[in-house]
Amino acid sequence: MIKYIDEYRDTKLCLSLAERIRAISKKPLNIMEVCGGHTMSIRKNGIQKMVGKHIKFISGPGCPVCVTAISDIDKAIKLAENKNTVICTFGDLFNVPGSISSLAKERASGADVRVVYSAHDALEFSKIEPSRRFVFLGIGFETTAPTVAASILEAAKENVDNYFVLALNKTMPGALRAVLDDKDSKVNALILPGHVSAITGLGMYSFLKDDLKISGCVSGFEPADMLSAVYILVEAHEAGRVILENAYRRAVKDEGNTKALGIMNEVFEPCHVEWRGIGMIPGSGLKIKNKYEKFDADKNFNVTVTRSKENKACLCGEILRGAKTPADCKLFGKACTPENPMGACMVSSEGTCAAWFRYSE
Amino acid sequence: MDNITLAHGSGGKLTHEMIGGIFFKYFKNEMLERAEDAAVFAIKGKRIAFTTDSFVVKPIFFPGGDIGKLAVCGTVNDLAVVGATPKYISCAFIIEEGFSFSDLEKIVKSMADWAKDAGLKIVTGDTKVVGRGEADGIFINTSGIGVFEKDVKLGAEKIKPGDKVILTGNIADHGLAVLGKRKGLEFESEIVSDVAPLNKMLLELTKKVGGVKFMRDPTRGGVATTLNEITEGRKFGILIEEKNIPVSENARAACEILGLEPLYVANEGKAIIVVSSKNEKKALSSLRKNKYGKYAVTVGTVTKNNPGKVCLLTAYGTVRIVDMLSGEQLPRIC
Repeated sequence: MIKYIDEYRDTKLCLSLAERIRAISKKPLNIMEVCGGHTMSIRKNGIQKMVGKHIKFISGPGCPVCVTAISDIDKAIKLAENKNTVICTFGDLFNVPGSISSLAKERASGADVRVVYSAHDALEFSKIEPSRRFVFLGIGFETTAPTVAASILEAAKENVDNYFVLALNKTMPGALRAVLDDKDSKVNALILPGHVSAITGLGMYSFLKDDLKISGCVSGFEPADMLSAVYILVEAHEAGRVILENAYRRAVKDEGNTKALGIMNEVFEPCHVEWRGIGMIPGSGLKIKNKYEKFDADKNFNVTVTRSKENKACLCGEILRGAKTPADCKLFGKACTPENPMGACMVSSEGTCAAWFRYSE
Repeated sequence: MDNITLAHGSGGKLTHEMIGGIFFKYFKNEMLERAEDAAVFAIKGKRIAFTTDSFVVKPIFFPGGDIGKLAVCGTVNDLAVVGATPKYISCAFIIEEGFSFSDLEKIVKSMADWAKDAGLKIVTGDTKVVGRGEADGIFINTSGIGVFEKDVKLGAEKIKPGDKVILTGNIADHGLAVLGKRKGLEFESEIVSDVAPLNKMLLELTKKVGGVKFMRDPTRGGVATTLNEITEGRKFGILIEEKNIPVSENARAACEILGLEPLYVANEGKAIIVVSSKNEKKALSSLRKNKYGKYAVTVGTVTKNNPGKVCLLTAYGTVRIVDMLSGEQLPRIC
C-alpha cells in the first residue's frame, strides 16, 4: 500500500461520498477547480459523472504552462538560440508552441535543451560544466517559486556565475480575482489548489469570502480528497453559507509554509505580468530582486521578441477563464491534438484540453 | 513539422504517423501493411517469421539486464508473439570510438547467454566503429528468423467480441528500471527490468491451448499503446478494468513520483494475449506455469461497443477512453 495515496482512492469511500453529494445536491452549482492537477483527477476518475446533474466543474487558470504568455515562450526559444547556452526546463514546457517554434523543435535543430525535475538539477549542471551558461525556465506558481529562489540563494552563496533564471513564476490570488471579476464568470464556488496552498496557507484567499462572497475549499488530488471538498462546497451552497475551508490538512497548514515563503520573498518581488488568455494582471508575477540580478536571465541576455500572435480560432483564453470548455472549440481534437497542439491548454499534461483529450468519456 | 523529434521515436502516435506517412508509402506491400511484430511468409511451402529491431538503450547496463540481453530478447519476443519459434538471429554493432573492450565483452557474453537460454543461435553479424560523438557508446541491431512448430495462425482479424485480454504479469518495470538509473534522475528503488525471452512460454501456450487469437509484447508506448494498435480500425473495442491491471507497489510508487502512468511505460518481458473466453482459464493456467507468466491475469474483454477504442472501467464505476501514447514519454528505453 502506498501510504497517503491508497486511503484516498478507496472505492467504497469514494462511492459513499458521491452518494452523499448526490443526496444533498438540489441547486445548480458551478465549481471551478483552479488547479490543473484537479482537472486531471476529475477527468481521470470520472468524478463529473459521480456527483450528479446539478454540479458542473469548470476548469480554472491553475496550469502554469497554459498561462505562460506566448511572448515568454518565444523568449525562452530565443534564449535557446544563444551560443554556449543550455536551457533547462520542466518537461511540460518542452513541447509548448511559441509563435513559430518550440523548445522541442529547437532541440531537434541542435540547441541544447535539457528537461529537469527541479531548478536544483539545473544549478548542478552549471557547476559541472562551468564554461557554459545555464538558464532555468522558472515557471509555476507559489509551489515552485521557493525552490527556484533557493537555487538562486545557493548559487549566490557558492559564487556560481554561469547560472541564470528566466523568472516567469506567477502568483495565484490576482489571477483568481481577474477570472472571478470577469463578466462572463459563472463560478459559484472554488476548489482551491492543494500544492500552492501548502506554501501560502489560507490567508490569501480571504478576499473570496469577504469581498466576492464565493466559497472556496482547499483540496488534495486523490478522488476522495476531491469528493470531500465537493461535499463541503455543496453543503454550504445548499445552506446559503459562504465558507473558506481546508480539506487537505495532511499537506496544508492554515498558515502555510513560512520558511518557504521567507525564501521566496528574499529573492523575488511582485511585478505586473501577462497571463495567457487573461491579459496583464497587476502584481501577479514574481521578478528577481536587484540584489540577485546577476542571476536574472532577463538582465544578462539580450533577448527581445516581437509581439506574438495567438491562433484566432484557439479558445485557450476563454477556457483558461472558465468561460468556455474544450467542447466549444472548433479546433479541439481535430486540428488541435497533443501531437500538433495549437494552444498551450493542449500541450501541458495538466492543461484542460489535454485532460479532456486524454481522458475523454 | 520539418524535423524528426524524439517524440517520433516514442512508439506512440507520431511514430505511427511517420511509419504510415513515409515507410509504408514507399515500401508498400501487403505483408508490411499488416504492421505486426514480425512478417510471416512461406518459402517453398514452409512458413517463416522474420523480424528486426535496433537497441539504443541508455544506460547500457540497468537493473535486470543490459543492451545485449535486450537485443536478444526483443527479437525473440517479436518472433514469439506471432506464434513462431525463434531459430537464428543476426547482430550488428555500431560502436563509438573509445568504448571499452570490457563493456563490449560483457554485452556479447550476455547476448550469448540469453541466446542459449532462448534456444537459438546467433549466426551472422557486422561491426562498425564511428568517431567519438558520432554515436553514443554502442547501438545494436538484431534480426531473427523463426519457424512454426505447429501451424498457428494469429491475427487481429480473428478477434471477436467476448474474447478475453490477458496480460502475462506486472507492467511498467522495464521503463522505470532504465529511467531510475538515468543521469539526473536517479531514484532509490528496487525496480528491476522485466526483460526476458518469452518464446518458451508462448510456444507452450499456442501448442496446448486452443483459441489464442492474437499476441503482442507491449514495449514502447506501453500496454495502452499496444491495446490501441489492436483495436485501431477494427469493428471491436476493448474494455479493461483498472482494478485488474497488475502493477508492483514499487513501480506504482515510482510512477506517482514521476507523474507517469503505468499503462504507458515500456515492458520488455510481457505479452498481451487475446484468447476466446472458453479458453481463458486454460490459457491462464498454462502461462502461470512459466516463471515469466506467474502473475498472468485477465485485464479486459473485447467489446462490440466503442469499436476501434480502448476503454477503462475505473475503480469508481466510471468509464473513460484510454488513448495511444502522445508525445515523448521516455526516450531511449530500448
